[in-house]
Amino acid sequence: MTLVSEIAISVLLVIGGVFGLVGSYGLLKLPDTMSRLHAPTKASTLGIGGVLLASILHFALIEQKYTVEEILVTIFLFITAPISTHFLAKAWLHRNARPEDLPETGTDCGWIGYDLAEPKEAEGTESD
Amino acid sequence: MMRNLLPRPVMTIWLAIAWTMLNNSIAPGTWAMGLIIGMIVPFLTAPYAPDRPTMRVGWPLVEFLAVLIWDIILANITVAGQVLFMPNARMRPAWVVIPLDLTRPEAITALSATITMTPGTLTAEMSTDGRALLVHCLHAPNPDAVRDEIKSRYERRLKEIFE
Repeated sequence: MTLVSEIAISVLLVIGGVFGLVGSYGLLKLPDTMSRLHAPTKASTLGIGGVLLASILHFALIEQKYTVEEILVTIFLFITAPISTHFLAKAWLHRNARPEDLPETGTDCGWIGYDLAEPKEAEGTESD
Repeated sequence: MMRNLLPRPVMTIWLAIAWTMLNNSIAPGTWAMGLIIGMIVPFLTAPYAPDRPTMRVGWPLVEFLAVLIWDIILANITVAGQVLFMPNARMRPAWVVIPLDLTRPEAITALSATITMTPGTLTAEMSTDGRALLVHCLHAPNPDAVRDEIKSRYERRLKEIFE
């Protein structure tokens, strides 16, 4: 029984490690910033998911302790990771892409970051 | 009276549960502390979120989470293959515009978080009127298919949950 659970835990740890490694390698290999942003989301979903599952199983099966903190880690990660990715993407867009580079919204107005930035530019040097 | 003391009863319960999970103990003292925090925090956050959220906890939510976890696992394997074995020259990154049927802000937040957490796609921008999302794809030879899949797999289910 211990052997089976140890194998299961090891397999999960290896899966987590492999996806973490692939995510880091993606950061190195992919050609531009927007593509590189995809790598951390991958590492943080299956990579960390595997390690957290292994942690729950290890404490439950081998040390006979039931922990739920791992579930909280997953929830906080799933809430915060998209927000930081979204901010990184927005920051990149505003430094590097003009509105003409992006596809049309298909609605009456433009993308929110550019729409909000325009009036400020029109006002000129009034604020700071 | 109850409304004034507990403006967000569901949030109070969730905060208490989260606190007991953080402490990893079900002692009465932990529950009491969790409930106290759960009663104070809604007052601090009320100015930022004046409307009550309309999320329904039920079968559609369970189905959505199951589909999401399954898709994350599949997409992880696909993207790992692309990162490892596909030369950069053959990558076809693409911008995709997703027209939204969702109108509730929390539903749109959930959809954009879902898009970002499934590897291969991430949300970059929203249109000013909140009717469209700008999504970046790592490798999408057929951007229309990505749009249709997001709309039929995730948005339809989120619409059942939130609206």
